[in-house]
Amino acid sequence: MIDAIDSHLAILLIVLPLMAAPICVLLGNGRAAYTLALLVSILTFACSVTMLDEALEHGVIYYDLGNWHPPYGIEYRVDVFSGFVLTFVSGIGAAVLLYAPMSVRDEIPASKHYLFYATYLLCLTGLLGMCVTGDLFNVFVFLEISSLSSYALISLGKTRRAPLAAFQYLILGSIGATFILIGIGLLYQMTGALNMDEIAARVPHEDGPRTVLVAFAFLTVGLCIKMAVFPVHTWLPNAYTYAPSVVTCFIAATSTKVSVYVFVRLIYGIISPGFAFNFLPLDTELMFFSLAGIFIASTAAIYQDNIKRMLAYSSVAQVGYMLLGISLATPTGLSGGIVHMFNHALIKGGLFMVVGCFVLRLGSVQMSDWKGAGRTMPWTATAWVIGGLGLIGVPLTAGFISKWLLLTSIFEAGWWPIAVLMLVSSLLAVVYIWRVVETLFFAEPSEAAAMATEAPLRMLIPTYLLIGGTLVFGVWTTYSAGIAHAAAIALLGEAP
Amino acid sequence: MTLETIAGLYNYWMVIFLMMTGFYIVLARKNLIKSVIGLNIFQTSVFLLYITMGKVNNGTAPIIPPAIVEAQKSAHESHAGAAAGGVAEHGAGVAEHGAGVAEHGAVVAEHGAGAAEAVHAAGDIVYSNPLPSVLMLTAIVVGIATTALALALVVRIREDYGTVDEERILELDRGE
Repeated sequence: MIDAIDSHLAILLIVLPLMAAPICVLLGNGRAAYTLALLVSILTFACSVTMLDEALEHGVIYYDLGNWHPPYGIEYRVDVFSGFVLTFVSGIGAAVLLYAPMSVRDEIPASKHYLFYATYLLCLTGLLGMCVTGDLFNVFVFLEISSLSSYALISLGKTRRAPLAAFQYLILGSIGATFILIGIGLLYQMTGALNMDEIAARVPHEDGPRTVLVAFAFLTVGLCIKMAVFPVHTWLPNAYTYAPSVVTCFIAATSTKVSVYVFVRLIYGIISPGFAFNFLPLDTELMFFSLAGIFIASTAAIYQDNIKRMLAYSSVAQVGYMLLGISLATPTGLSGGIVHMFNHALIKGGLFMVVGCFVLRLGSVQMSDWKGAGRTMPWTATAWVIGGLGLIGVPLTAGFISKWLLLTSIFEAGWWPIAVLMLVSSLLAVVYIWRVVETLFFAEPSEAAAMATEAPLRMLIPTYLLIGGTLVFGVWTTYSAGIAHAAAIALLGEAP
Repeated sequence: MTLETIAGLYNYWMVIFLMMTGFYIVLARKNLIKSVIGLNIFQTSVFLLYITMGKVNNGTAPIIPPAIVEAQKSAHESHAGAAAGGVAEHGAGVAEHGAGVAEHGAVVAEHGAGAAEAVHAAGDIVYSNPLPSVLMLTAIVVGIATTALALALVVRIREDYGTVDEERILELDRGE
């Protein structure tokens, strides 16, 4: 029995949340739907951990859907890299659900609770599916599942701007997804295959016929929209700002990371880095846009008075660090980029949870309303400080590990001006984190803050789970940087 | 590029035309519903792109013609018949019977050859690639879901703002 389950983990990971979502709708009751969603998300987390463990010990797991072997059937494929991403996405999915009920009760009308949990599970399904599948068209389908459900989730926000933000995201997101679809089509036209390994084996790596170039361009631009890379990030600040707190936690921590994952797969798994970085100048372009994004978005974050919007701009900047690591194409640089996906998911998830706690007690995300809240809500405010330190990249936090790896590899390559720019950009993060810390601890309490009480334990515990995680993984890196390094080696070794 | 290749790429020109039309509408139109429709046209152009690439010159729909199915079936049956004949011959061991069976076997063989010919002809039929069309079924479903969700959002925006004009909405937001 255990063996039977064990050999089907890859599909269980998708089927469980996908089937649970309509059951949530049928249950029609917020509390029951919540219990089911929590159970399922914990189960998917267990599946992911087991598969990551197996991938680490025995190598890549292949699973032929419906026993149709590739190239005819869809193949699911879990290696160290996808196992790593699966684990933290499903882990954060479960942690956010643990945190959710009080915040959801506060921000979403009771009649929509069961629909919220159903949509949440669908979003989780899509994100996990993008990581687990080895079939390019399947990536598109799962991308759309996760995108469509996240548009719906964002539109649940309290203000009337939420549907507008969701709409703007929908337009840009659909353009991105359609670009990806065009790219997949052109690659299929060239290779006659949809399986990623098959395409990689058949696509020319030395010089590109124009169709391959165009396909690659469409895929890159489409994924850049989904990753919110600097010039096409415009959907992100509004979407994160107006979504309900719980949704922002989940989407900010996972959704862009999964798109980064697909992008890494595209470059390292399908179109070799030699083609992308030597034949085409994608590495210089990525580096330029990531640095521009880091600076412009961090500067924009400094000027925000809406704290959610501030963190959203900071997310745009952090995606820049990940892309910087990817564009380096060295084992250290790539593992820095990969581990930053994980670290940033922990940090940003944690920080948005802190914001959710404040929203519950103060009812606002404006900096002026947070004045002096550090005195009445010390634990929540302390979590902000720790998460903020992680975001800046102070030693002993997770953020330091990834920035250290990135810096090391930049020095290895001898680009010290970029290293200087990276250090300067961390100072920008100091500025915006400090503005909030100053407001929380050193300003005269506002009326709301003076009457506020500490956030409930049900929300504080998951918050500290993630925030504590940034401290744990800042010191003990076997399971973060260690796995990321193994994943990077495998990705670089695979490239033909 | 000769005139013939330009004409031969007719479908692709249409794809590009539709794609650009849709893309332009999405980017330029300030009316929310018009941008949804633009997005729709943009997605439709991709359906056409996929279906075009699946088409093989002189290719027919990938359905096996009924005549060939028949031929294959009878070929299969005659094989079974021949085997039965063999058993009969073995079992009887009588000369006349054996001759009869042999005669019967010859007929079967002839019949089999005919079937083989038909099957051989089947190899000459060129089929179009069905896979891109099947992929597009999924993409059409995705497109419908996107349009439905977008229109639902427009309804909610209209309820809250009383307009579907993007500039007017932004003005209202600034006015707050």
